[in-house]
Amino acid sequence: MQNGSNRQERYVKLKKLNNTLVSQKQMLIMSVPIILYVILFSYVPLWGWTMAFQNFRPSKSFFQQEWVGLKWFKFLFSDPVFLRTIRNTLAMSIINTSLGFITAIGFALLLNEIKSVAFKRITQTISYLPHFLSWVIVTGLVATMLSVEDGAVNNVLLAIGVIKEPVLWLSEPKYFWGVIGATYVWKELGWNTIIYLAAMAGVDPTLYEAAEIDGCGRWRKMWYITLPSIKPTIIILLVLSIGHILDAGFEMQYLLRNGLVQDVSDTIDIYVLLFGLQRSNYSLATAAGLFKNVVNMTLIFLANELVKRTGEERLI
Amino acid sequence: MKRRVNYNEYIFNTINVTIMILFSITMLYPFWNTIAVSFNEAIDTIRGGITLMPRRFTLQNYRIVFSNGTIFHAFLVSVARTTLNVLTNVFFTAMIAYVLSRPNFIFRKQFTVILVVSMYINAGLIPTYFLIKNLHLLNTFWVYVIPSMVSAFNFLVIRTFLRNIPESIIESVRIDGGTDFIIFFKIILPLSKPVLATVALFVAVGAWNSWFDTLIYASSKVNLHTLQYKLMEFLQSSQAQSRSAGDIGSMALSKTSNMVTPVSIRAAITVIAATPIIIVYPFIQRYFVIGMNLGGVKE
Repeated sequence: MQNGSNRQERYVKLKKLNNTLVSQKQMLIMSVPIILYVILFSYVPLWGWTMAFQNFRPSKSFFQQEWVGLKWFKFLFSDPVFLRTIRNTLAMSIINTSLGFITAIGFALLLNEIKSVAFKRITQTISYLPHFLSWVIVTGLVATMLSVEDGAVNNVLLAIGVIKEPVLWLSEPKYFWGVIGATYVWKELGWNTIIYLAAMAGVDPTLYEAAEIDGCGRWRKMWYITLPSIKPTIIILLVLSIGHILDAGFEMQYLLRNGLVQDVSDTIDIYVLLFGLQRSNYSLATAAGLFKNVVNMTLIFLANELVKRTGEERLI
Repeated sequence: MKRRVNYNEYIFNTINVTIMILFSITMLYPFWNTIAVSFNEAIDTIRGGITLMPRRFTLQNYRIVFSNGTIFHAFLVSVARTTLNVLTNVFFTAMIAYVLSRPNFIFRKQFTVILVVSMYINAGLIPTYFLIKNLHLLNTFWVYVIPSMVSAFNFLVIRTFLRNIPESIIESVRIDGGTDFIIFFKIILPLSKPVLATVALFVAVGAWNSWFDTLIYASSKVNLHTLQYKLMEFLQSSQAQSRSAGDIGSMALSKTSNMVTPVSIRAAITVIAATPIIIVYPFIQRYFVIGMNLGGVKE
């Protein structure tokens, strides 16, 4: 009896499900192929991580591959070249992030003090523009500006007497991280200020009026009102940026590097590209990429959780 | 007392405006200078000293670039891939956004999770390369189109917009016998034009600017090279003379005319590669402001 009503219930449920599927036929036709597509391009390649634990040969099938355990990871963490790429990645990531933060906050504070709406808008428009140009164009412009022959930077520095002869900005290792930091700031500064300017627009104007009555000047208002009111935004962006500590940017370094600076220019991503696709050591490159991506995903996840905990994600 | 405050204000404003002007010059000068060089006679440019204006105006550099078959072809490849990327990405992303914005859709939760999580996971360069290889997309034009037909981020953007479309409109069409296909094509697509335009602009900018997919998936097929990739080759060849790929390119060009130098050609290609971005830039900005307003941010 119990069994029978169960079966009947299940039958009703199945019938209901069937009815839903039929009535939603068109939505299923629209969505299922797209979801399968997403699974194919985003999830299926995860299977390729097995290469990191094999002596992968593209000519062999999966069952013929030789399994080597952690061999490639042991190799990576004793390889001075790879350890150097970790150092470079961290260094450039930290330089870019801190420079990016300081310049964006400073620029947003100054821009916020501009009274003329037209002037403010023009400056903003100019400042976003490089964000939309490709890295190929931007690094090309940077190389032209830093050129030894008639480069604008050398010309200006020579003219005001800071240097006596043109500096080889792009071929001396000691300048490379600085050049990358400056390039990053030049391209992304305007874009990075948008979120701060939005936060500043929401500050209660009566706070400024009260401060004026108390005799505060522009600097004090900036320091005691504007800056504290964007503090939550700054903190959230800082936390989120931790998730990208191994993303030092790839294109800048790839496009500006050359043989003379490769000890300081090569990041983990460049290592993967050089060893994987140019020297066809697929297993080693996959292991290096796996290390980076797993650390990255974990950090992004933790950073997102941390932001959620603070309950301030609505600001982003 | 009052006078001192005004005096301080005056100094502050002057310094601030000066900083902003210096900053704007830093942002604009490199590009302005490149435009000037691209319109200057190549031989004259070697003498140096070109800053804001061409000294000896000419269109020769552009004429050479466009009469060079490979560069013009690369321009066409870039146009073709950008067009197809925009059409496919906007269409398919809008379609999945519509289905997953229907509260009663049976797999709404599961499908949404699959899409959103795909934003965070990244198999990496080598596994993705082998996927492309196994799908026989290597060195074909379709490698530019097929892997980027849906975007999880754009999905979130479009879905947010669709949530603001009143349910009563959709219901009334359904009562009149409208199927989901009809609702999507006749109601959703026309109503969401603003958000689709925004997404289209951002997809277009990304597609036009990309060069890395050419490098890893199609670099051995010269007729698949995009304009950005060609420009990249020129830049690399001038930085390190040993890089052969770019040298072949510049030799091919210099055969066309002895009136040309890599510097001038590079400047002309840079301007050509940036012009479409500059043209759509005002629209990007307009939609950008609209987007900010939709987000409830006061200007």
